[in-house]
Amino acid sequence: MLNRAKRLALAAATALALVPGAAWPQARTDLVVGMRLEPPHLDPTAGAAAAIDEVTYANLFEPLTRVNADGKVVPGLAQSWTVSKDGLTYSFRLRPNAKFHDGSAADSADVKFSLDRARAADSVNAQKAYFAAIDTVETPDPQTVVVTLSRPDGLFLFHMASGDAAIVAPETAATNKQTPVGTGPFKFERWVSGDRVILARNPAYDGAQPALDRVTFRFISDPAAQVAALKAGDIDTFPQFDTYEALPEFRANPAFMVMVGSTEGETILGTNNGRKPFDDVRVRRAMAHAIDRKTLIDGVLFGNGAAIGSHFPPHRAGYVDLTGMYPYDPEKAKALLAEAGHADGFETTLKLPPPIYARRSGELIAAMLAEVGIRVKVEPMEWAPWLEKVFRGKDYDLTLIAHTEPLDIDIYGRPDYYFNYKSERFLKVEEELNRTQDPVKREKLYAEQQQILAEDAVNAFLFMLPAATVQNAKIEGMWLNRPIQANDVTAVRWK
Amino acid sequence: MRRRVPVSLILGAVITALILAVALLSFVWTPFPAEQIRVVARLRPPGPEHWLGTDHFGRDVLSMIMVGARNSLAVGAAAVALGAAVGVPLGLAAASWGHWGDEAVARLGDLLFAFPAVLTAILLTAVLGAGAVNVVLALGVFNAAVFARVTRGAAFSVWRREFVRAALALGRGPLSVTIIHVLPNVAGVVIVQATVLFAVAVLNEAALSYLGLGIQPPSPSWGKMLGDAQTFLFTAPLQAVFPGAAIALCVLGLNLLGDGLRDVLDPRHRSAPVI
Amino acid sequence: MLAFLVRRLLTLALTAWLATMVVFAVLEVVPGDPALLMLGTQAQPDTLAALRAQMGLDQPIPVRYLRWVGGLLTGDLGTSLTYARPVADLVAERLAITLPLAAMALVLSAVIAIPLGLTAASRHGRAGDWAVMAFGQVGIAVPSFWFAILLILGFSVKLGWFPAGGFPGWQAGAGPALKALLLPAVALALPEAAILARVTRSAALDTLREDYVRTAWAKGLRRRTVLIRHVLPNALIPVATILGLQCAFLIAGAVVVENVFTLPGLGRLLYQAIGQHDLIVVQSVVVLLAMSVVVVNALVDVAYAAIDPRPRVRT
Repeated sequence: MLNRAKRLALAAATALALVPGAAWPQARTDLVVGMRLEPPHLDPTAGAAAAIDEVTYANLFEPLTRVNADGKVVPGLAQSWTVSKDGLTYSFRLRPNAKFHDGSAADSADVKFSLDRARAADSVNAQKAYFAAIDTVETPDPQTVVVTLSRPDGLFLFHMASGDAAIVAPETAATNKQTPVGTGPFKFERWVSGDRVILARNPAYDGAQPALDRVTFRFISDPAAQVAALKAGDIDTFPQFDTYEALPEFRANPAFMVMVGSTEGETILGTNNGRKPFDDVRVRRAMAHAIDRKTLIDGVLFGNGAAIGSHFPPHRAGYVDLTGMYPYDPEKAKALLAEAGHADGFETTLKLPPPIYARRSGELIAAMLAEVGIRVKVEPMEWAPWLEKVFRGKDYDLTLIAHTEPLDIDIYGRPDYYFNYKSERFLKVEEELNRTQDPVKREKLYAEQQQILAEDAVNAFLFMLPAATVQNAKIEGMWLNRPIQANDVTAVRWK
Repeated sequence: MRRRVPVSLILGAVITALILAVALLSFVWTPFPAEQIRVVARLRPPGPEHWLGTDHFGRDVLSMIMVGARNSLAVGAAAVALGAAVGVPLGLAAASWGHWGDEAVARLGDLLFAFPAVLTAILLTAVLGAGAVNVVLALGVFNAAVFARVTRGAAFSVWRREFVRAALALGRGPLSVTIIHVLPNVAGVVIVQATVLFAVAVLNEAALSYLGLGIQPPSPSWGKMLGDAQTFLFTAPLQAVFPGAAIALCVLGLNLLGDGLRDVLDPRHRSAPVI
Repeated sequence: MLAFLVRRLLTLALTAWLATMVVFAVLEVVPGDPALLMLGTQAQPDTLAALRAQMGLDQPIPVRYLRWVGGLLTGDLGTSLTYARPVADLVAERLAITLPLAAMALVLSAVIAIPLGLTAASRHGRAGDWAVMAFGQVGIAVPSFWFAILLILGFSVKLGWFPAGGFPGWQAGAGPALKALLLPAVALALPEAAILARVTRSAALDTLREDYVRTAWAKGLRRRTVLIRHVLPNALIPVATILGLQCAFLIAGAVVVENVFTLPGLGRLLYQAIGQHDLIVVQSVVVLLAMSVVVVNALVDVAYAAIDPRPRVRT
């Protein structure tokens, strides 16, 4: 008996060695990914926390479509789709052998359930608006889903690619927060509360098998501990690494690789346009002149970040460079303030949310504004009061925040948005944009919007938040840029 | 036999005086303006220009520590003053009322002591918002409870003494007895307690500022300097050493002073120790 | 004795009830909406309302208070708003880190402080005594979070012997887990050890003046024997009292140290829950902490009453 087992094992080992291309020593198949924040739970359809998507997106859950490393919409659970001429009917063809991690088939009924759940009256989906245009969801056969819209929506496929549109099964939807069950190439294994989430390769996955067997997401919020963990090899790759001061050291070390890519995070000095003295465009322009963006980027991001002159990322089509509109000029700022009747400056408060970029930028900007006579009182806040007071209550003078949703310039057209900005000119362009499908025309309209925002100096536009990744030099396949919030490890392998 | 002046009193007085002197000096002179930002000169190690180096915004660390001394002492003093202003009258009143009033004060104390001071302060700053004034309030509440308890205990023993009974028998009211006889006799205990609580307040203020809830920029504070320095442990480790040493020295001085004063003013050790 | 016990129990219940009122009231006025925090800036009003209803936040304040207190009485701590898990589970999980941490700190401080205190007392007025007194002063003065940072600087950054923070979980084995807890335990133990050393010293000094100890000296017993056989057992009463009081404070004191080392213990859970506006977690954990302090205090009182039958005067 024992002999037989031995023989079998030997045979298996020989067979393995004979597989062409099998190299020795074998490349590692485990990966530890560092993250700053722990997700509150793991259900992307019931929460806005970026950390949820950073664990689950594309790895564990799949939406109908998905966004790839270049920011393009590619097939997800749907292998193909067609759009009717009028842009109202989308017909998705699902992968025939797709299965949930519990073994049940992922078919059109699950898609219908997921979409209907997201747009239901009692939905708690953080992006319910993405589903607002849906009129009906039909399931002619298990592999086909037909979605009819009530109005054309140029961004529908893009929105359906978000983590909020992940396809879930009715049987497990209620328990996904703790034990997520999706259709992705990795399945949930364990969550050590406060420390890590472990995913394991899903051998039943119907698509291409990933190179990794096991992926661990470790949560380390302290910068010194992050650096130490990377150096000790406890963490293999750290995307969204924001301890920028440590980057030069890692760059100089051949065992590590440092990538600095782009995010969608326009960082702005949020200004309450509805409150005195910020209702005066001269005051807002004065502030734009008073801020030295180069020093700011140097001081906060240690040089890793691009200045912006309006609310639009430089890597997107339609971007216009408006950074030259308000060059750093304290004298001009003082003159503008005097013109607006504030020759002696004024006092104001700056409410800062918790991220370190916000706290550091706030401290520097307070000092810069003091140079031109604006005396700023800094008030740090946790997220809950920030959202309640600043974002919803609009009870603030100045704040500082990166807006990380992709293509979100439309927020300047929303009524009651926390900037209290009202512009007929901007709204007109926005309406035209909603009617326009032609990409070239859309780019022109986006450019026009950027120009309007810059002229009105709605907020002081500061910089794009960079996406820095520090990792073991032997890893390949991590994303350089962050077109959406995700740590897609499906294509990651060790060299 | 005359008592010798305790060594701890001398040492404590010298250290406290030194820190007070530095704090006062910072009003008229610091090597650099403490709030002056020069990003190009950031994270310099200690040297002839910047004796203790510069922080991540290029501010002079020595200047920040000097101004930080002023801030720490101010917050500590305010928290102690607030605590004494509320707690001492409460304790005296409880001792003179007896019964229900006393019971109420005692239970209120129980309630407050159930929450560790730092926890109370974190919760209160969550309600009121971060900042120096709110930290004073939060620490003041805790101090008031300590003062009330200690004053009450000391006042009780005074009330039991012969001369107080005599005064009462002569027809003096409880208020005048409290002011003429009780207060002077508990003053020593209160002073000792104030010194000890001062040290605790400095320590707690530093902890809150470290967590980002205390004194706000641009005003420098020792705790926040430590919090900032922690992110630069790899690039500028010394940044984490100086502000902490300042906190430790200040607390050490005040504690020694308290111990020394206790030996002189309160030989029977009725004031509560630091825990 | 019975009357005293009843009285003590009654005040305990009163304090507990007041504590729930205070904590609940304080959290009611903290600005922030848990639903908005969960769903973020893109959330629609109807979605927020749906989530608030799901969380039970649409109920009037008295109803929510009674539900919560009722739950506490039946041992149900409620469900976390952020983690959507029973608070009892979260607390149990975090205690698996905080309790060992506190225990390690307690043992460390006792192991360091008691021999130091005894030695100091036996060399009263000499150099050894002075050194221990200096340790007592410095140990209290050094802020534990700074000491923690210095430990990270020395043992993690420079030497690389210990992790700079985080916790691998007990699943990773006792070795790595204890390794992750050692530096935080040392940081927590220092101020406790300083206090304990002072208490041990003065208790031992008192005992040394007793007649039977003098007799032991006179019999010519060795110093070690006298200290361990005669002085230590008697000095242990005040020392044990202080240790008991410190138990409760250690758990609370862990808030700051757990933050420095990013240890997922109870203190960090509480601190994060305050930031995340997870009312249920904050309420229940704070009351739990407060209760543990109150109960320990009561136990110390009762223990004293049992040992010392004289009438009690509270100070």
